[in-house]
Amino acid sequence: MDKVMRIFLQAINFTVFMGVVGYFSIYPEFKYLQDDEAMITLAIKHASQRQKECRKMSPEELAKLPPNMRVGMDCPRERSPLDIDVALDGKSVIAKNIESPGLHKDQTIDIFESIKVKAGKHMLSIKMNDSVRVKGPTFTHEQDIALEPAQLLVIQFDTAAGKFIID
Amino acid sequence: MKTFNPIRRGYLALEEWFNISFGGELNPLYHLGSLAFFFFWVVLVSGIYLFVFFDTSVSGAYKSVEYLTHDQWYLGGVMRSLHRYASDAAIVTIILHMFREFALDRYRGFRWFSWFTGVPTLWFVVTLGITGYWLVWDELGLYVAIFSARLMDALPIVSGSMARNFLEGQMTDRFFTLMGFLHLLGQPVILIFALWIHVKRLSHVEISCPRGLALGSFIALMALSLYMPAVSHAPADLSKVPANLKIDWFYLNIYPLLDIWDAWDVWLLTIGITFFMMIMPWLPPKKTGAAAVVHLDECNGCGQCADDCPFDAITMQQRTDGARWEYEVVVADNLCAACGICVGSCHSSNIFRYKDKTLETGIDMPQFPVDEVRSKTAEVISSIEGDTKILVFGCNHAYDLKQINEPGVGIMSLICTGMIPPSLVEYALKNGVDGVLLTGCRNGDCFYRYGNIWMDKRFDGDRKPVLRERADRSRIEVFRAAETDGKKLTTKINEFRQHLESLDSQANVTQHDAATQEVQNG
Repeated sequence: MDKVMRIFLQAINFTVFMGVVGYFSIYPEFKYLQDDEAMITLAIKHASQRQKECRKMSPEELAKLPPNMRVGMDCPRERSPLDIDVALDGKSVIAKNIESPGLHKDQTIDIFESIKVKAGKHMLSIKMNDSVRVKGPTFTHEQDIALEPAQLLVIQFDTAAGKFIID
Repeated sequence: MKTFNPIRRGYLALEEWFNISFGGELNPLYHLGSLAFFFFWVVLVSGIYLFVFFDTSVSGAYKSVEYLTHDQWYLGGVMRSLHRYASDAAIVTIILHMFREFALDRYRGFRWFSWFTGVPTLWFVVTLGITGYWLVWDELGLYVAIFSARLMDALPIVSGSMARNFLEGQMTDRFFTLMGFLHLLGQPVILIFALWIHVKRLSHVEISCPRGLALGSFIALMALSLYMPAVSHAPADLSKVPANLKIDWFYLNIYPLLDIWDAWDVWLLTIGITFFMMIMPWLPPKKTGAAAVVHLDECNGCGQCADDCPFDAITMQQRTDGARWEYEVVVADNLCAACGICVGSCHSSNIFRYKDKTLETGIDMPQFPVDEVRSKTAEVISSIEGDTKILVFGCNHAYDLKQINEPGVGIMSLICTGMIPPSLVEYALKNGVDGVLLTGCRNGDCFYRYGNIWMDKRFDGDRKPVLRERADRSRIEVFRAAETDGKKLTTKINEFRQHLESLDSQANVTQHDAATQEVQNG
């Protein structure tokens, strides 16, 4: 075949190849959020309450233990599951009931959950129970929020202060 | 007769188009592996340049990339675009490479290892690209980071939430530096190791693609880089959600799935596809013929077969039979593809040896020993009728020779044309054949990788054992034909017949002239 013709055909092939590469490198565009949507992320890291209260050991029980283990308190390791409900305008948007992780269910619970919501003004209410020994929520929070489109609202919990942080 | 396979036929049509455009030597489909390597070299060189200017801190990464893209567009910007587009081109090339092996049924049997190790290697390439997008630290980088973290969080091996790192105020330079280390060193090293494993069972591995192809690919990459420079999204803002994303679908195609599926479902899909692809060589398995056998009595340990073996199945070791030669040949049965190329390599396969008894060679194929090849050739030659007799040698993986229905043509199909000892052609010409036509897999596309290449070199006198000078080259023709090239092959046979007839008529004229001259001279 004529060399010029062959180079022409090669140019066509390379153009098609690079056309495919260039196109799928950025197109079709992916719309992760609609224009009127925002996002709420629940990012809670919290050690829930022990399932059973610590108990003071009797002198007889202590006597049975080696001297270095006589701490005086018997604290069962197992912690409560964490029950949390996030509602927007009275309607639940995130509801979780999570067991404490670990073989002895004694580890810190880590929740990271996101949900898309309509942007605009909402009433945010959070109810959380972190103890099987208490009926009903152990922590609650209510707040009016105004979400801009594409805004990320993060709900965290400050264990030391015992309150939610809405940012 | 081979069954009709639309995928194979479709691939062969594409291959033919590229043969028309590029010619056999530069056909990109014959060099997909080395082309992928070439794109990696481009990625590596451009990546090193970008790294010189790249700031591996949360606050500095985006700015440094922007500086390269805009302030230094003429070099840094071009390098960035080359880095991206060469990475994408590598994925396209790898996928085509896999498709080709699948379409041509070159992923089962003795090839299982390359396929099996190649599938996860693709994932190493993809994860390398993912961390690359992460490092730009724009909206897309943030999206990739968050969703990669969610994927990791779904695995029981990760304690706590990795995605938490991407909340405002939590992102640290240390984490970012770790990602930089992974992308710049950790992942490339793993990838190189994976590639080494991938080609472990091959010899004469071609990692440099032909210069013309490399040049064309580079010019095309440059053109795309200048026409459509790679740019960033807006800088990552941890208080905002990346909404509109220009995703690189070659690398980030699974991420949109996380919008509709749970992370575990995405894991199951990817693990499932990967697992399925990895076990494809056994769905169903393909039997490989019996491995080559060594006859030490006929082996002088020259090592030509070991050098020619395309699958690294032959090694040389110290002689064990007390013969005066230093080495002997050892065949690893589990690596042997049973292609017979070693038979064509062996000097002892000289067809003119042991004329009156069984021809035993140094290394032979139990399913089609060289002695049987000789006797079958003699049988075929004796069965050819017509004035001009042509013997066509071919292989079992190209055009099905049984479909040739031309007068005066005999056919001999071997496991691979690389199995043909050059002396076999000479033998045919000496035993009543007017011409020998050698066909088989298309140039550059041998089913056993190097069969037709070694055969050509032997016939050209560039590789041992060579076709002797005394063999009449004008009566030997080479024309490669895939299963869709029947018409072309038939045309070639007829042209060759005409050529042979013209040779014969010239010879008759010469003989007649000589006789006339003799009469005139009294």
